[in-house]
Amino acid sequence: MAAEIHLIGIGLRGPGLSNWPTAKEILIHGGLDPLMPTPSGRAALLPPTERRRATEVTRLALDVAEEAVGCHDPSDIPALFTSSGGEVNIVHEIFLTLVGPDRRLSPTQFHNSVHNAAAGYWSIASGSRMPTDSLCAYDDSLGSGLLEGLLRLQEQHQRILVVAYDLPAPYPISLYRSIPSGFAVGFLLSSDPKDTPMASLDWSYEAEPPAVSPLNDPGLETLRTSNPAARALPLLIAIARKETQTLRLGVGMQGALCLKIQPCY
Amino acid sequence: MSNALGLGRAAFKEALLSHRSGLRPCDIDGVDFITAIGRVDGIEQHPLPDAFKAYEGRNNRLAHLALMQDGFMPRVDELRRSLGAHRMGVLLGTSTSGILETEQAYTRRDPVSGALPADFRYRETQNTFATAHFIREILELRGPALTVSTACSSSAKIFANAARWLEADLCDAVIVGGVDSLCLTTLFGFHSLELLSKNPSKPCAIDRDGISIGEAAGFAILTHHHREEGSLAVLGAGESSDAHHMSSPHPEGLGAAIAMRACLNAAQIDSNDVDFILLHGTATRTNDIAEDRGILKVLGEAKNAASIKGHIGHTLGAAGIMNALTACLALEGQFTPGTLHTQTVDPLIRSHVALEPAIHAPTSIILSNAFGFGGSNACLLLGRDQHGR
Repeated sequence: MAAEIHLIGIGLRGPGLSNWPTAKEILIHGGLDPLMPTPSGRAALLPPTERRRATEVTRLALDVAEEAVGCHDPSDIPALFTSSGGEVNIVHEIFLTLVGPDRRLSPTQFHNSVHNAAAGYWSIASGSRMPTDSLCAYDDSLGSGLLEGLLRLQEQHQRILVVAYDLPAPYPISLYRSIPSGFAVGFLLSSDPKDTPMASLDWSYEAEPPAVSPLNDPGLETLRTSNPAARALPLLIAIARKETQTLRLGVGMQGALCLKIQPCY
Repeated sequence: MSNALGLGRAAFKEALLSHRSGLRPCDIDGVDFITAIGRVDGIEQHPLPDAFKAYEGRNNRLAHLALMQDGFMPRVDELRRSLGAHRMGVLLGTSTSGILETEQAYTRRDPVSGALPADFRYRETQNTFATAHFIREILELRGPALTVSTACSSSAKIFANAARWLEADLCDAVIVGGVDSLCLTTLFGFHSLELLSKNPSKPCAIDRDGISIGEAAGFAILTHHHREEGSLAVLGAGESSDAHHMSSPHPEGLGAAIAMRACLNAAQIDSNDVDFILLHGTATRTNDIAEDRGILKVLGEAKNAASIKGHIGHTLGAAGIMNALTACLALEGQFTPGTLHTQTVDPLIRSHVALEPAIHAPTSIILSNAFGFGGSNACLLLGRDQHGR
């Protein structure tokens, strides 16, 4: 294994969770109400015209990206976005338009509907011409995304931003894909020893699906199992509690990413 | 592979050599404007095997039709027996996935509750991961599976992901594929952007006026390099972002140039050694000129190049692998394709755009481009595996 990998930034939005510093309290002590609203996306880094065009899910993804990047220059950091449903609301609007009396779509509606809309808007917001990824592995989108990010670090890049996000699908798709509340998380990973770490990570890929133990707090556990991006909660809790832990996250609905987390004090 | 020119390698190669197009006037129900499409015949008559009924849909059928060609599935079986199912992964590039099935389900909503019909399968059709999952199941593989969905660069970028999987020893072999199928969302969407031509597309032509959408599925098996000297090889991959606009390329091709340069660097190949360029070449006014400006920055002028978008249309999420597989056929057969429907090349384009195929063209290294919405750029170099590279 090459250089040690450090987690150097976190961004977080979820039901009653408005950013990483204030969410730590709930992650440490529990008591999450999964029915609380998830904060609306702001996408403050986007130019105003693009901000107006971007969808809610894209703005939410950009907010956790911005929080995770913190004071680092985003323009030389490759970014990876991973989501099960992607642009669920705009896709629903398009389906409604296509069965309506006037089938014409708007150009903005169409370019916002691609799975990589968040990745594209982030590239515009950050000015980064580095590679951007846009991935999907159904319920394992987070684990698969983190694994791809770790592989990019191993390849050549010193830092990588990994963002996982999912919003509830609107009715009637919600009948077939129930995600009750929105969640988005960003991780800034680094192999640069000069970066100040929150935790160091050691990882391996395992070919068998992970056995995941439920979280003690019922609210956090409901959120973890109901939103694919919230599969990150055990990792976030370990870091918030400064606990050394070995965790497993599903990868590609088949294997597992085994993460050894060593918080740095 | 499967595309508008037929099923399998031989049909595609014959059409490239005889310079024949698979595009036709749009005959999709519900489309009320004139355009040309690259439609694959036989999908409607090709139900999935009984055990995979839950995955029924145009995208998965198209994928299955392609997997059934040219001894691909028996070759996968053979590799699975020697490597083990868990050592073989699946990487899929798609932009549409199975949204056609959801479009159709919305026409059958319950008039009172608005619910979708009971036979709707979100996970197995619409979800962006659906076709990757289907492919892994039908090939009986147990390695990782992943969908890359970066619009029209999707199935070029998967080659870079596959290289990382092999390098990190996640797998011994990766099935890479690109699958995109015709649906109203993309037809009406590109129409709204005024990017659809009324006629079969004319890449790089002085009078080019937009794209023709096609559907296609293509697959390849990637293994560790140096396995077989002289076999076809991905020599390098390069990726970048435009940081410019969601649906228009950087006008000077800046992002495209970064991807091409990164690709040459990764492969450690001099730009002079590139024999031919398979252009992204979608035939819109802005795309073709931006790509050419990117090429000019990195590879210089008068490079031999062609676009196959006049043959099979712009196959969106499958476009990257369609170009890569065209490069493989060209390297094997020592020919280069032409550019269909184009009479006069735009004088602003500085590459040497081949209008006719070259039947005997010594070719050892081909550069292949794919660019997508969101300013997502990917470039591949294909050639022969050589000792020491």
